[in-house]
Amino acid sequence: MIPSAFDYHAPGTLEEAVALLERLGDDAKVLSGGQSLLPLLKLRLGDAGHLVDIGRIPGLTDITEADGYLRIGGTAREADLERSDLIREKYPILLDTAAVIADPLVRNRATVGGNLAHGDPANDHPATMLALGAEVVARGPDGERTIPITGFFTGLFATALAPAEILTEIRIPVPPPRSGGAYVKLERKVGDFATAAAAAQVTLGEQGEIVRVGIGLTNAGPTPIKATAAERYLQRRQPDAEAVAAAAQLAADATSPSADRRGSVEYKRDMARVLTGRAITRAVQRAGGQ
Amino acid sequence: MATHDVRITVNGEPQAAAVESRLLLVHWLREVLRLTGTHIGCDTTHCGACTVLLDGEPVKSCTVLAVQADGREVTTVEGLEHDGTLHPLQEGFQQEHGLQCGFCTPGMLMTGRALLERNADPSEAEIRQAISGNLCRCTGYVNIVKSIEYAAAKLR
Ligand SMILES: Cc1cc2nc3c(=O)[nH]c(=O)nc-3n(C[C@H](O)[C@H](O)[C@H](O)COP(=O)(O)OP(=O)(O)OC[C@H]3O[C@@H](n4cnc5c(N)ncnc54)[C@H](O)[C@@H]3O)c2cc1C
Ligand code: FES
Ligand code: FES
Repeated sequence: MIPSAFDYHAPGTLEEAVALLERLGDDAKVLSGGQSLLPLLKLRLGDAGHLVDIGRIPGLTDITEADGYLRIGGTAREADLERSDLIREKYPILLDTAAVIADPLVRNRATVGGNLAHGDPANDHPATMLALGAEVVARGPDGERTIPITGFFTGLFATALAPAEILTEIRIPVPPPRSGGAYVKLERKVGDFATAAAAAQVTLGEQGEIVRVGIGLTNAGPTPIKATAAERYLQRRQPDAEAVAAAAQLAADATSPSADRRGSVEYKRDMARVLTGRAITRAVQRAGGQ
Repeated sequence: MATHDVRITVNGEPQAAAVESRLLLVHWLREVLRLTGTHIGCDTTHCGACTVLLDGEPVKSCTVLAVQADGREVTTVEGLEHDGTLHPLQEGFQQEHGLQCGFCTPGMLMTGRALLERNADPSEAEIRQAISGNLCRCTGYVNIVKSIEYAAAKLR
């Protein structure tokens, strides 16, 4: 399948890329890993007169900790996450997530930033970033701004990014000691989008009680979902089986999945419940709790 | 229709070409260079029959623009054999019956090659994980895993 004709641009700097996007207007799209965009263009489900490839802009692929944040460059690939010693040692929740996205070949191209910018509620990183309380850094004609992840997903395939804005970095507050996170996904086969999936990030207090918690859900509604009622419920509680089960139920109550070949509404909602419970339990274990 | 002058090294040989923006890498390889060993199976980024190495990493060439490979190195299945001697992976697929119809084989070989570059002694689980983006409708994968193990042992 061949996409309809477009022109390709490969700016060498962010300034150039933003200027190009501004000049070309609505007809232009950012091209990053291309693993969502090119399939859409090939199937002609999407259309673009111009692609602005940000993949050749240097300095956007680093994964580092600095000034209290884990910083993931705007064009860092899933494969870069998987191979990063920092991620392997300190952020197993991100490793959990990258490992279940598409397949290893797609992950050699697909970027973490693109996974968020695509605005697909079936993508896996949004839930994880909601759980981690991330921020997205965007560069546009008016300079740089920071968007909290809770305000980033504005609708189905829609984000807070303006048309000429480029996602340049994802910032995750470095978790305090006694923190842990996990992402658990149910998929029919490798490369499938989630039937249901849940991310949980917790911090434990002196007595093993939960002092901070973030829970995100994948493919459970028109946008990625932050399970706020479940988070509130867990605050200051001991994460025992009963509390985890109650929180998992509250998370499931917040979903509005649609029925498709992956399952019925009831099935998906129940899977969201089961997976939320597992994600919280694993997160607590990784935080050093019971 | 916008075209771009690109320089891409394919199987060690520098190539210069003018490519249309929308031309996919797999089409350039197959239709312009006539390197038809790289297959198109699904065209929807699922099957991995089109796998080539881009700067040494396996990617689905039906989901990369030819112009995105400008200045980079591409290795296709034609680049495995040297002066009539099969690569140990190719030998492995022959010895262990790693193929039936052969349609998935070029992709399996390229993914296998990249795996063995990174990991000289992969476990069965690591092999299965590495080829999880390459679909085979014939073999049931058992002999593909054995073929890659054969090559790993021979290369060590
Ligand atoms: C077979 C297959 C299976 C998949 N399975 C999964 C899965 O299980 N889970 C999952 O999460 N994903 C899955 N994906 C999607 C894949 O992870 C995508 O690559 C990812 O969603 C988008 O990242 P990308 O870098 O490829 O972005 P692109 O495809 O280049 O871009 C996607 C969209 O985001 C915009 N964009 C990208 N980067 C930026 C940026 N830095 N700034 C502004 N806008 C930007 C583009 O303009 C475009 O609209 C799958 C893809 C395939 C082909
Ligand atoms: S032809 Fe490229 S993945 Fe199937
Ligand atoms: S040998 Fe036929 S598809 Fe693999």
